[in-house]
Amino acid sequence: MNSYIRKIRKFFLIWDFEKEEDWLNEMSQNGWSLASVGLGTYSFIKADPGEYTIRLHMHSKDDEYLDIMRGSGAEYIGRIGSWVYFKRRAELESFDVFSDLDSKLEHLGSISRFLMIAGGVNLYLGEMNSLGQASRIAWINLVAACFLMYGLGRIHGKAEELKKQRLLHE
Amino acid sequence: MESLSLTESTYYILLCLHEPQHGYGIMQETAYLSKGRVKLAAGTLYGALVAMIEKGWIIQLPYGDNERKKEYKLTAQGIAVLRNEIRRLEELVDNGHKVLGGEL
Repeated sequence: MNSYIRKIRKFFLIWDFEKEEDWLNEMSQNGWSLASVGLGTYSFIKADPGEYTIRLHMHSKDDEYLDIMRGSGAEYIGRIGSWVYFKRRAELESFDVFSDLDSKLEHLGSISRFLMIAGGVNLYLGEMNSLGQASRIAWINLVAACFLMYGLGRIHGKAEELKKQRLLHE
Repeated sequence: MESLSLTESTYYILLCLHEPQHGYGIMQETAYLSKGRVKLAAGTLYGALVAMIEKGWIIQLPYGDNERKKEYKLTAQGIAVLRNEIRRLEELVDNGHKVLGGEL
């Protein structure tokens, strides 16, 4: 086992993306910089403690976007589904992906749309399966739908907080 | 013409695109014009560019011979939106000075 590389299995829920980011930055503070991502797996390489700031968010794959990110000094790490991971040297000024409330709300809106579609598909499959003989699968779909709706509620809560701020500020 | 106010990010992006400019150039020029106060983040800038193209305020220029990066520029409609906003801002500043200066 190479002592400069560490692989960790960990799983975060979509609506806990801020916790995921906090954890990745904690790893960076401890000298482990995110090098690649996979479904439920994170690979780190040894780096100076706090050398990099990690940011993750939902975004479509787009060369122009990667160009703008690279222009601002960020490195693309990888993606899981529609979630992209970037890092930037912390010595540069603070690294944010969204610099105003409107774009933060827009980002939460994309996550909501994803959860709504995923929840809707599960609800539909649950109903279809419950009509046939596959009642156990129907239950799995319905539980998944409820879970995704719970996530939608969590994202909605975050959005409401931001909207309150926007009453007085841009 | 929409009478809604522009966000600070939108305003500066439009202003930067008075001359053709690429994505990262907009971030740099905004920081320069605002003396470092307004820092456009990449996600915010990208989302705004996509929305402004849809509205017809800016266009993406065809690639030149030596260019690798996409450049954007204001359209006539974009200039009108910007002028409208400048008038609105002037009114705000004007009234602010008048009221605090005791003229009203």
